[in-house]
Amino acid sequence: MVDSARERVLWGIGILVVLFYALIPVLWIASLSIKPVDKLTDRKFFSGEISFDNYDSIFGDDTFTAALVNSIGIALIATLISIALAAMAAYALSRLDFAGKAVILSGALAVAMFPPISIVGSLFDMWRSIGLYDTWAGLIIPYMTFTLPLAIYTLSAFFREIPWELEQAAQVDGATPFQAFRKVIVPLAAPGVFTASILVFIFAWNDFIFANTLTSTDNARTVPAALAFFTGGSQFEQPIGAISAAAVVVTVPIIVMVLIFQRRIVAGLTAGAVKG
Amino acid sequence: MEAASVPEAQIAPQAPRKTGGATDRAKSERRLAYMLCAPAVIAMLLVTGYPIGYAFYLSLQKFDLRFPDEKEFVGFQNYVDVLTSSTWWSDVGTTLIITVASVAIELVLGMAIALVMHRAIFGRGAVRASVLIPYGIVTVVAAFAWRYAFDPTSGFVQQLPLISDTWAPFNERGSSLLVIILTEVWKTTPFMALLLLAGLALVPGELHEAAKVDGANAVQRFYRITLPLMRPAILVALLFRTLDAFRVFDTVFIQTAGANGTETVSILGYNVLINRVNLGLGSAVSILIFIAVILIAAFFVKVLGTSTAQQRGEA
Repeated sequence: MVDSARERVLWGIGILVVLFYALIPVLWIASLSIKPVDKLTDRKFFSGEISFDNYDSIFGDDTFTAALVNSIGIALIATLISIALAAMAAYALSRLDFAGKAVILSGALAVAMFPPISIVGSLFDMWRSIGLYDTWAGLIIPYMTFTLPLAIYTLSAFFREIPWELEQAAQVDGATPFQAFRKVIVPLAAPGVFTASILVFIFAWNDFIFANTLTSTDNARTVPAALAFFTGGSQFEQPIGAISAAAVVVTVPIIVMVLIFQRRIVAGLTAGAVKG
Repeated sequence: MEAASVPEAQIAPQAPRKTGGATDRAKSERRLAYMLCAPAVIAMLLVTGYPIGYAFYLSLQKFDLRFPDEKEFVGFQNYVDVLTSSTWWSDVGTTLIITVASVAIELVLGMAIALVMHRAIFGRGAVRASVLIPYGIVTVVAAFAWRYAFDPTSGFVQQLPLISDTWAPFNERGSSLLVIILTEVWKTTPFMALLLLAGLALVPGELHEAAKVDGANAVQRFYRITLPLMRPAILVALLFRTLDAFRVFDTVFIQTAGANGTETVSILGYNVLINRVNLGLGSAVSILIFIAVILIAAFFVKVLGTSTAQQRGEA
């Protein structure tokens, strides 16, 4: 592609605009989180003064630390369970020949489109009567409504790319079936499984509606739900500093993962939608 | 004869498949496939099918948790109550405004970002990483960031040129919806852009070269070549995003909680189910939202079906 200098400048400006667009709110909330308490309402994008008081206050607050532990634990367990179940299904969908493949794939797609508000009421009623209300399991179970379809789609897309013949080649060369699986297939499949796990984790980490409706205490409330219930001095006084600091804490791990694995995440996100 | 000792099952995948598929191998393959799929399929059915069935059952009851003893079967009375209330219809209207406005803006903006990413020779990684940030960020966090930016007590927006120093967007319907839509657009345009980028990659470069030789300019090439070929990718992206936008909850809950005419159907469902603990009436709202989502999906699938059929016919 031969681009003139003028075109290069134009595309360069386009890139800068995109960067600006993506980063403004992130920089803004980060800037709010390091404003000293008396500068929180100075209405400047940057205060010029830096203070970590907001971080001290949230990490000294059991509500936030408990929510952080809940968020990490619940998202990790939901990811592990859905990846394990989805990996088996995705293996069958991408490698074996059987009737009903299309039904399973379109069924998973239908489940992915499911509006969470449609089941919140019945889960609320059921969970209260069987003791799952305000527990980790009470959130992990409904998370399967969106983590499973996502995991099945991305894993099937990744598994379709694996050169499975290598497994037979290894066996012909004298490897046992288990050796062939462990030394050939596992390393080939690992990056896809890893990427799918990150995507699923991000989705579970993001949930607000289930966490908001199916929890009530530090027992299982995750950070997004806890943020909505942080209270200021009065109903009209928002704890802006604490919320901003907590927001930064839950955003940093996502940004780090996205920056490290961006290429694979994009592949995983679009593979399911385009090929499926 | 080393090879002969290898169990047949391990070399068979290369063998030609018999039509009719009634061989032992095909049967055992099918059995394995069903066993592998069963846990995930059963889990999905249990976590969606059972609760939605129970929601339908609840929607036929008069069932208010404040008066649990008065629970009784009332048939479709709750649906009549919801569908004859003005709140439901105004909330449907609000939801549609947010959905249509945000998806339309996302499509245009997403296409622009996709084109930048597609053409970028340098900085492609930087652009891709930066658009993934809004996508990965927790929706509640994004909603707070924009809320504090526009709130007149903490926000910097009022300090910008051309904007009144006393503007309080959350005091009024139009500007509240504007901020909600802006937040949704900011958060989800990257997803749209990535889907469209994948679609752009499928448009053959030779077509553009040929059109260039024939004297077509960039705009003509975009409208006559790129857009028609991307139609399926665009429809898939629109389907995903429309269904997602119709369920909008997090942003509205954090920014206005439904005040000043910004209540969406999901917020209504939440208020009736969780705040008023009226599970009967609330479940009717839940089921109606579910039906609306199915109708939207069916519409897109039908349009998508005809569009791919047309394309196959033309090819």
